[in-house]
Amino acid sequence: MFEQFKTKAVGVGAEVHRFATCAEAVGFIFGFLQNEGVTDAPGARAVWADSPILDGSAAATLPRHPGLGFEVTRELAAQARIGISQVDWAVADTGSLVQDQSAIEQRLVSSLPSIHVALLPTGNILAGKVALFTKINPSTSRYIAFITGPSRTADIERVLTIGVHGPERLIIVCVDELGGVNQ
Amino acid sequence: MNKEFKASITRAVNDANLTGALGKFSEAYKVNRVKAYEGIDFEELRGRIAEIKSDAACDLDRLAVTFKEKAEALGAKVFHTKSPQEVKDYIMKVAREGGVKTVVKSKSMATEEIHLNRHLLDNGISVAETDLGEWIIQLAGQTPSHMVMPAIHMTKEEVADLFSKEVEERLSTDIPRLVKVARNELRPKFLAADLGISGGNIAVAETGSIVLVTNEGNARLVTTLPRIHIALVGVEKLVEEFASVAPILEALPRSATAQLLTSYVSIISGPTPNDDGSMKELHIILMDNRRTEMAKDPKFKQALQCIRCGSCLNVCPIFRLVGGHVFGDIYTGGIGTILTAWFDELKKSEDIQGLCIQCGNCTQVCPGKIDIPELIMEIRRRLVLEKGQPLLQKAIFGVVNNRKLFHSMLRAASVAAKPFSSGKFIRHLPLFLAELTDGRSLPAIAEKPFRDQIAQLKQPKLKEKAVFYAGCLIDFAYPEMGLALVKLLNKAGIEVVFPEEQTCCGAPALYNGAYEVAAHNAVDNIKALLQEDATYVVSACPTCTVALVHEFGKTLEAVGQTEWLPEAKALAAKTVDLSTLVKKLVSEGRLSFKEGEDLGKVTYHDSCHLKRTLKVFEEPRELLQQAGYQVAEMFECDMCCGMGGSYSMKLPEISAPILQKKLKNIKETGAPVVAMDCPGCVMQIRGGFDQDAAPIRVQHSVELLVERLKD
Repeated sequence: MFEQFKTKAVGVGAEVHRFATCAEAVGFIFGFLQNEGVTDAPGARAVWADSPILDGSAAATLPRHPGLGFEVTRELAAQARIGISQVDWAVADTGSLVQDQSAIEQRLVSSLPSIHVALLPTGNILAGKVALFTKINPSTSRYIAFITGPSRTADIERVLTIGVHGPERLIIVCVDELGGVNQ
Repeated sequence: MNKEFKASITRAVNDANLTGALGKFSEAYKVNRVKAYEGIDFEELRGRIAEIKSDAACDLDRLAVTFKEKAEALGAKVFHTKSPQEVKDYIMKVAREGGVKTVVKSKSMATEEIHLNRHLLDNGISVAETDLGEWIIQLAGQTPSHMVMPAIHMTKEEVADLFSKEVEERLSTDIPRLVKVARNELRPKFLAADLGISGGNIAVAETGSIVLVTNEGNARLVTTLPRIHIALVGVEKLVEEFASVAPILEALPRSATAQLLTSYVSIISGPTPNDDGSMKELHIILMDNRRTEMAKDPKFKQALQCIRCGSCLNVCPIFRLVGGHVFGDIYTGGIGTILTAWFDELKKSEDIQGLCIQCGNCTQVCPGKIDIPELIMEIRRRLVLEKGQPLLQKAIFGVVNNRKLFHSMLRAASVAAKPFSSGKFIRHLPLFLAELTDGRSLPAIAEKPFRDQIAQLKQPKLKEKAVFYAGCLIDFAYPEMGLALVKLLNKAGIEVVFPEEQTCCGAPALYNGAYEVAAHNAVDNIKALLQEDATYVVSACPTCTVALVHEFGKTLEAVGQTEWLPEAKALAAKTVDLSTLVKKLVSEGRLSFKEGEDLGKVTYHDSCHLKRTLKVFEEPRELLQQAGYQVAEMFECDMCCGMGGSYSMKLPEISAPILQKKLKNIKETGAPVVAMDCPGCVMQIRGGFDQDAAPIRVQHSVELLVERLKD
């Protein structure tokens, strides 16, 4: 399932990584912030929205990084270069991520910054829409968001161009240790 | 056709940017769409979607009530109205009460339908379209030319000019850079807007949800950042159950842009908190604007199965030449013609319905299973009922309705018409006798029509009989095709009977909305063709075959002459196209071809009616191979040649470039022969090569096959 998901997600322009443990995934993210030059300056910050991974054991060992904040407002998200969140599900046959984004912070970090880093429990990769529709429920989730690759347009001369209004990069970080329905 | 409309067509076909961009897109789309649907049973999927949407269309009012109940229980406000004016008033009321000064919009055809932007601007509210294509045309002061790709008619140079003015800086034509400019310009507008207006791709009654499908991410911002969100949704977007979202999402992106899924899908069920902790004000407007009226119309109800993917535009040979603006300023292409006739008015569709050449490409790809060509025919029929037949057409069909007069005029044409175009009455005859057109020579009328030749022909007395329905073109222009058919069937032990009273199949009248004339033709032919006791009624013209098999019954039903339906059915059951019959005879060992000679390459052109209505495309190819040819497929082998009966006479400016494309595709195969099963296509393509002077033989399959009969 992971391999199919990865192929499809990469096919639509996402970057996919997989780690066994939360600690490794968090380590990757901090390395990524470093490489991307995240610092405490407008346009160079990162925002991390409330995520289950932050409640676990990994949170205790979370290092500090200048420019990375856990408070999310529209101003902070609009100023950030990187947004980090944890999604609920993925769909293998289209390479999509799916998340209950009823909390506005989840939408702000995944739509305003130019890079979105999405954590995903590897065990929650589902085969297709049929399986997905048994998991999502609009009566309990007011804003269900599907994200498939980065923001794109082909409105000028049909030339595919990445990053119009949403992120121009989507980095998917699959974490086995986060469990999921398939484990 | 009015002059302004004709002028808009001429402008469009001569706009190299437009035809270049659309042509390239449509060619690539076809291939990519197939790829996107790999592993999916499209027929099964569209069957499900058609059922879901059709069930919903039967019950729009109830679904609207349920939707309102559910969405309001979640805290949304739902306004259900028939009137576009009330939609505008409601939006203005929300705007006034909410102190709205600026609006950001994501793409919504329903807002285009009611000209909402103009209304907001007139009331002092600033509006920014945020879909890149929509923003481009907003800056240009234009209207969308495609439902999914609104600015497909514009070049990067034009966009660079527009954006340069907007940002007061000279910009290059680098597309990623232009996209970045749009992002930077629109971002502050998103952050500052008081109100976000979106459309809705699906509205789910069961859960009160609306579903938004986008690629750019603008709908996410429109529904997230402003404190008020209004979704304007046509009631035809309603479905009963949440589970119905999945199949529609499966098809919509694949059919629209050949994507497996768009970058973003949002399912919104009730308001969510804003970032300052307040609750968002969510208004959902369910707009009717004649949709329930449409649902009550037995013919047009199926148009509500549309999911607005635009695939009917993408595969249309006419749309890719003329683009959307010719169709008017809102809904474009095949489905757009139908929606315009209803949401605007029937009269508005008077000219644009004539653009449809009835090739049927759209019926193959429509995920809602809508028979768009048939609905366009129905528009024609109603226009004729409402306004009467145009005088010239009336005169023509008056002649066609009288077989003896019609045939004697055709005979007169063969004698009198040299030079061909000068005879006065000749031009008033339908089809192949009408005006000469550019880029194609017309055939001379045969000196001796087929009906006279077969009368003198000595056929062996054989037990099995087939009635031959010749149709006007074979009878009066290409009798040699008829003679070839007789020879083939005789060889297989079948005697050919030609009832003299057979007449025009009625297709020209039918395709012009003159159903009464077509019904008259149908009855004459039914009487003539059923009087003989024969195993088959065979035709070598797919349009005639379709008339005999499908249209007679439908036409008689439409005009209420149901007493003829049993006979129409009996005729339909006996009727077969030439290739299918010959293939059968070969399989039964009753016919065989000379062996051991390699005849080289032939390319095969699929005629619209044969391929898409009769679903015959393998048989002629197999026969040509059995006769010793190698079939070299041309690009877009089943794309219309531009003939379309009288279409090529009415709209030569469209027909000619379609023909040119066909000629090019034929030439590129390197085959010295092109075969086809339709005398109309032969007339079009042979005429094209005659002017083009290319040494390519254009033949009806029957002529190629008869040359290869074993002695």
